[in-house]
Amino acid sequence: MSVSLKAKIAEVFEEPGCDINQGKSEKERKKGCTKQLSPGAAAGGCAFDGAKIALQPVADVAHLVHGPIACEGNSWDNRHSASSHSQIYRTGFTTDINELDVIYGGEKRLFKSIREIIEKYDPPAVFVYQTCVTALTGDDIEAVCKRAAEKFGKPVIPVNAPGFAGPKNLGNKLGAEAILDHVIGTREPAFTTPYDINIIGEYNLVGELWQVKPLLDALGIRILSCISGDGKYNEIASAHRARVNMMVCSKSMINIATKMQQRYGIPYFEGSFYGISDMSETLRQIAKLLVQQGADAELLDRTERLIEVEEARAYKRIAEYKARLAGKRVLLITGGVKSWSVVAALQEGGMEIVGTSVKKSTKEDKEKLKEIMGEGADAHMIDDMTPREMYAMLKDARADIMLSGGRSQFVALKARMPWLDINQERYYAYAGYEGMVELVHQIDRTLANPVWQRVRIAAPWGDDGETLGAVAPTASTAHLASVAAKAMGLEPEEVPV
Amino acid sequence: MAHVVESKKACTVNPLKMSQPLGASMAFLGLDACMPVMHGSQGCTSFGLVLLVRHFKEAIPLQTTAMNEVTTILGGYENIEAALLNIRKRAAPKLIAICSTGLTETKGDDVNGFLALARQKHPELADTEIIYVSTPDYVGAFEDGFKHAITGVVKSLVKPLPLVQDQVTLLPGSHLSPGDIDELREIIEAFGLKAIVLPDLSGSLDGHIPPDWRGTTLGGTSLDDIRAAGASSWTIGVGEQTREGAEALQAISGAPFQIFERLTGIEANDRFLMRLSQHSGRPVPAKYRRQRSQLLDAMLDGHFYTGGMTVAIGAEPDLLLAIGALLHEMGAELRCCISTTQSASHALLPAETVLLGDLEDLEQGAKDCDLIVTHAHGRQAAQRLNKPLLRMGFPVFDRVGNAHRVQVGYRGTMALIFEIANLMIEQIPHHHADDWPLTPEARRAALARTAAPQSMPPSPLAEASA
Repeated sequence: MSVSLKAKIAEVFEEPGCDINQGKSEKERKKGCTKQLSPGAAAGGCAFDGAKIALQPVADVAHLVHGPIACEGNSWDNRHSASSHSQIYRTGFTTDINELDVIYGGEKRLFKSIREIIEKYDPPAVFVYQTCVTALTGDDIEAVCKRAAEKFGKPVIPVNAPGFAGPKNLGNKLGAEAILDHVIGTREPAFTTPYDINIIGEYNLVGELWQVKPLLDALGIRILSCISGDGKYNEIASAHRARVNMMVCSKSMINIATKMQQRYGIPYFEGSFYGISDMSETLRQIAKLLVQQGADAELLDRTERLIEVEEARAYKRIAEYKARLAGKRVLLITGGVKSWSVVAALQEGGMEIVGTSVKKSTKEDKEKLKEIMGEGADAHMIDDMTPREMYAMLKDARADIMLSGGRSQFVALKARMPWLDINQERYYAYAGYEGMVELVHQIDRTLANPVWQRVRIAAPWGDDGETLGAVAPTASTAHLASVAAKAMGLEPEEVPV
Repeated sequence: MAHVVESKKACTVNPLKMSQPLGASMAFLGLDACMPVMHGSQGCTSFGLVLLVRHFKEAIPLQTTAMNEVTTILGGYENIEAALLNIRKRAAPKLIAICSTGLTETKGDDVNGFLALARQKHPELADTEIIYVSTPDYVGAFEDGFKHAITGVVKSLVKPLPLVQDQVTLLPGSHLSPGDIDELREIIEAFGLKAIVLPDLSGSLDGHIPPDWRGTTLGGTSLDDIRAAGASSWTIGVGEQTREGAEALQAISGAPFQIFERLTGIEANDRFLMRLSQHSGRPVPAKYRRQRSQLLDAMLDGHFYTGGMTVAIGAEPDLLLAIGALLHEMGAELRCCISTTQSASHALLPAETVLLGDLEDLEQGAKDCDLIVTHAHGRQAAQRLNKPLLRMGFPVFDRVGNAHRVQVGYRGTMALIFEIANLMIEQIPHHHADDWPLTPEARRAALARTAAPQSMPPSPLAEASA
């Protein structure tokens, strides 16, 4: 591992914004916050995956992966992060190194690749991702990027997060570090307003940012930059001029928020767009902080009035489903989306949470969960559930529906139980007031489908295909033949006398 | 016929190719009660897993040795050992199938040595078969990984057995779906032969509801069947990629083999049925004589829409040949052929050149074509060019039913012809009144008024009689 990468990893393990991290001893902190992976029993992506997830939504940038074909060839074009402008982020660029590059080094190929991209596509910047093999053979991507940036007069940003550095979560942070080190603060915005904010850790999956943006627009709050959903390179480069930072997903890019506070004095808060009360709380926080930072205090009133209108409308729309959904038991297995914010939303719809995963939740998240779920919350918090246990739970009908990421969907479907996708591969947007109504609508649509009764019908025969009366006794069917014959006029009809 | 050109670009844009370990893992997924493992960083497995899930819409058992930087440099023995013990404990597979990745190949792990050592240290592993194949990411492509996996399974598990005359081994290429395998098995069985299929994705990834939850593959070629392949009287391979496996089988059991370079298209299937008939000593069943006749009719019905069309195809070698040759037979011109890796199949392709390239090359070449044929990643190019896309190969993540798409045999060929022809019917333009404007020259000529007609042009009739 290069010295710089080692130092970087040590740096992200020192997180002032994280209470758990600060509660650790110096020695413990150096180990980082993720458990050692266990071979043969591991799931989830690598650090490269994490860095790519965090940065790929920057839509006008060319994302170039330096490594063998697996890293990009097996993974590109697999997320639904949406863009309102450039589409170049959806183009897969890779150096696809071969055996000779492994032996002689791939730096020349990398440099040529950057040149080809700039000549053909002319993006405002190129992000170059390091991978395991090229890190192991010692390709110095930082040097190549520096040289290329000088030569082509364009930012070429090294993202040093090879897969073997650690899990996905570490990669999110290393990706964020690249943005901090090389992008933020390098441009000035055309103008600034007292209502400028950055949204950090929002990836605009299936366009969710656009469920929230109209609310901010209506209040006159400008998203100076979103890191990284629907992102533009120049906007992110000028993010240091915002008045307030909102941190969306607590574990993924907290280092951007804390370091921007240190470097530029921008206050941040942690909020969520998932759930009605969470959305309202987020709007309040944004308004409060902006006013603290010098915006006109009347923003607070306008925000409250907007919240009032939006909440009333959303609750009214959800209430229409309440009668059908009340008492339905939900098993919630989630990673990226915070458990507690979804739990609150489901309870608004009258549903009961019979279990929720807390594997990726922080201590704070767990406290919040307890607060929301009340007595007996502990019993419903699941640290690590094997697919077999999930299957058993659904099969025994201890839950009516499972909400989870795509990878565990078959656990539910094979148990012939309703399932709804709430992770990054989903097709529906669940943010803001609109999104919560949509989520409840989707749960209702799933549960109300008559297909569940149909797929649970047992075959009328046994496993051997014979028992349970599938094979009819070979009793006389002669009378049928005579009925048919009469019908066809081959035999005279019996006329009752 | 086609000669192969390698791309000169340094940067691959919109990859067509996927990696060897992913191909090997797909092959392993066709073995019963198996747990495939990638020896590499956990991302290698995670990416492959997501892609397989999105294509098959099935749970995919696929594990990782979760290598990190330190274990890579010190060597992966401990991770392999821990993975074997963990997998045996948690999923209890009958077979653990390991393939290497770019990371561990760059380091140069001696996995066969590791496995011998692990077996020595842990006698409890004796109840689990373990196989290993070398599949570095930076060499070859998906199809090569699949090929090496099959050869690896044959070499490690098949032993010579007394001949069973009516048993044959079928080696399907990676481009065949579970539905294709079912179709071929049905054909072979119609000749009174029993087929051992290796690997048998139709048992594991055909999308069925198992009675209980299993952490391993839900079906496929059982260990007993793999071993029993040593008794087969004949090996049938579909696609050049199966040649290596068929040769390995022959070296072990002496079974002769025949590689059908494709089983899409009428003539290839004629040969297939003919050989099955000769091998079994039975006539071609009426059912297939009828299907052949149906296919002939489908070709006649379809040719109106495929004749003269121009096509750009991006596919792995054997699939490229299967689809490309069929399109050629239906009157299409293969104007742009992109593939991923070297193969003897390319020599048979009725096109001028095959470029080992990416989807950027395909998009360039497709500009003046009527149809694009490639996997689901081609959707972006098709949208930009506003051209119809025929989704073929792996992955097809934006359609359901991939496991049951059949394109081999008479019936599968017929279905494919209908699919292509229907796509082209949708493209038939609706004409407008001003679609055929005259040239300015013609319009001027029509308007010109000359003082007096000099003379009538001589009539051809008069000339002939003169």
